[in-house]
Amino acid sequence: MRFHNIASFILRRHRAVIPAADLADSPAQCRYLEQERRIRRQIFVCRILFLVLFLFSWEISARIGILNDFIFSSPSRVLSCFLSMAADRTIFYHTGITVLETLLSFFLVTWIGIFGAVALWSSRRLAKILEPYLVMLNSLPKSALAPLLIVWLGNNMKTIITAAVSVAVFGSILTLYNGFLSMDPDQIRLIYTLGGKQKDVLTKVLLPGSVPLIISNMKVNIGLCLVGVIIGEFLSAQAGLGFLIIYGSQVFKLDLVIMSIVILCILSAILYQAVAVLERRCRQ
Amino acid sequence: MTPKLEVRGVDYSYHTMEGETKALSDISFHVNSGEFLCIVGPSGCGKSTLLSLLAGLLAPERGEILLDGVSVGKGASGIGYMLQRDHLFEWRTILSNVSLGLEVRRKCDSKHLSRVKELLDSYGLQYFYDAHPSELSGGMRQRAALIRTLALEPDLLLLDEPFSALDYQTRLSVCDDISSIIRSRKKTAILITHDLSEAVSTADRILVLTNRPGTIKGELVIRFPNYEMSPLKRRNYPEFSSYFNELWKILGNGNGDDTSTVDGAGSGDTDIINGTESGDENPPAARNGLMTAVNVGGEPDEIS
Repeated sequence: MRFHNIASFILRRHRAVIPAADLADSPAQCRYLEQERRIRRQIFVCRILFLVLFLFSWEISARIGILNDFIFSSPSRVLSCFLSMAADRTIFYHTGITVLETLLSFFLVTWIGIFGAVALWSSRRLAKILEPYLVMLNSLPKSALAPLLIVWLGNNMKTIITAAVSVAVFGSILTLYNGFLSMDPDQIRLIYTLGGKQKDVLTKVLLPGSVPLIISNMKVNIGLCLVGVIIGEFLSAQAGLGFLIIYGSQVFKLDLVIMSIVILCILSAILYQAVAVLERRCRQ
Repeated sequence: MTPKLEVRGVDYSYHTMEGETKALSDISFHVNSGEFLCIVGPSGCGKSTLLSLLAGLLAPERGEILLDGVSVGKGASGIGYMLQRDHLFEWRTILSNVSLGLEVRRKCDSKHLSRVKELLDSYGLQYFYDAHPSELSGGMRQRAALIRTLALEPDLLLLDEPFSALDYQTRLSVCDDISSIIRSRKKTAILITHDLSEAVSTADRILVLTNRPGTIKGELVIRFPNYEMSPLKRRNYPEFSSYFNELWKILGNGNGDDTSTVDGAGSGDTDIINGTESGDENPPAARNGLMTAVNVGGEPDEIS
């Protein structure tokens, strides 16, 4: 077994791009690498600079009165708001609630999406029957459902989760189902020629072959779930970042609103990156 | 001796809302045990449909297909099917790719696995158990695909243009490899191809199909001095070009208008049964194409 590993390792090496170190003595390659590194450094510095400049001009214009800091807040007011809420830990509680709701609905969307797509695939007739309804539900603005959900499910987390799931789930089912349909028909034929049944096609070809699609679908869903959770929290919540935003705007504490939005920005980036890490791990 | 496979009066049509397309009409032939049969014909003549019927993936609309005297059902176990492309799954290692059939048939035990490993070892894939398909050359991949088919120990192998996705040089050597493996294991095989020189270099007998709807236009029995002679060696024998010419004649005349069918059964030792014999009318252009084909066919001996 060990020898095979070595053999395949050697093969892989041969296929890989020749490492840069081997070419270090070529001056043209050196120049190229140097140039590439310089461009990357520049991009990184510019990104930081942009953020610093933005925060700085916001702060200054709030201080000298160009902006009304009661309405537009300022970086320092946002920070002090965060620090005071961090001191009594309320901000962690609200962020935690939003994260929990997002992950829960994301988990549900992923599984309902996969099972729904498999169900449609395994019965072509069912798919044909349901297709127009799914397309319609997918393009329906789900925020229109939210008031209805409050009446049906009550002023609680169930409503928020349902709202979030409804935002992402129909698109997820349709994307995965269409992905299943675009699978190479010869790969499916192969399973039948080996004496397999529809179940084998599913477990040996469809699901393993769709892993990249499922993950790219997850990347879209994590963002959509966050959108759905915030919609839900706007309407029916006693906690969460969406609740803070609505509450803050009602009592005109715009520091609180802007701070919550900043946390949401960071949160969405972290959640997206988490799925991206999962994707990289799956590719290896 | 009862033939390994018998096809009797098979018809098949494809149905769509726009209408019916007749793919095969009244196909009858047989294959003896251990025989290597080639089926040639223009593209779109229903060759692949015929293989799907033989493999039991489709059911004939009329007629019957008997393997060892028993009608072929869906996913018949005695038949191995090799597709045009290898379709090795990138998410599986070579070992788990070639044992895919065993997994599907719930036969993935140590006895069968060690047989698969033996096959990998004897066909030059011993260091690639844990490699992924993208690390293999085209020829190795096609060999792995053959091993995946052989792992289920089929009595009859169906090969659907298995070399057509390869570049010409690889194609010749892989064809050589694969047909030697099949001959040395004394498997019965049906190869579908549109490459005439490939057919002449591999087959014991060649069936010619007409354009859609496919019917059998003629049959050519191929005899080389030595049964186990490899395709590349065959290409260097004088018989090769004369068989090629005869095959060309069967294909070239009539243009599919005159399609009187010849019953392939019981051909015996007759070299050629030609339904549409009408003299030697090969146009010069065709002659030229033919000669180049034969010349090119001779080259690879230097490679090997």
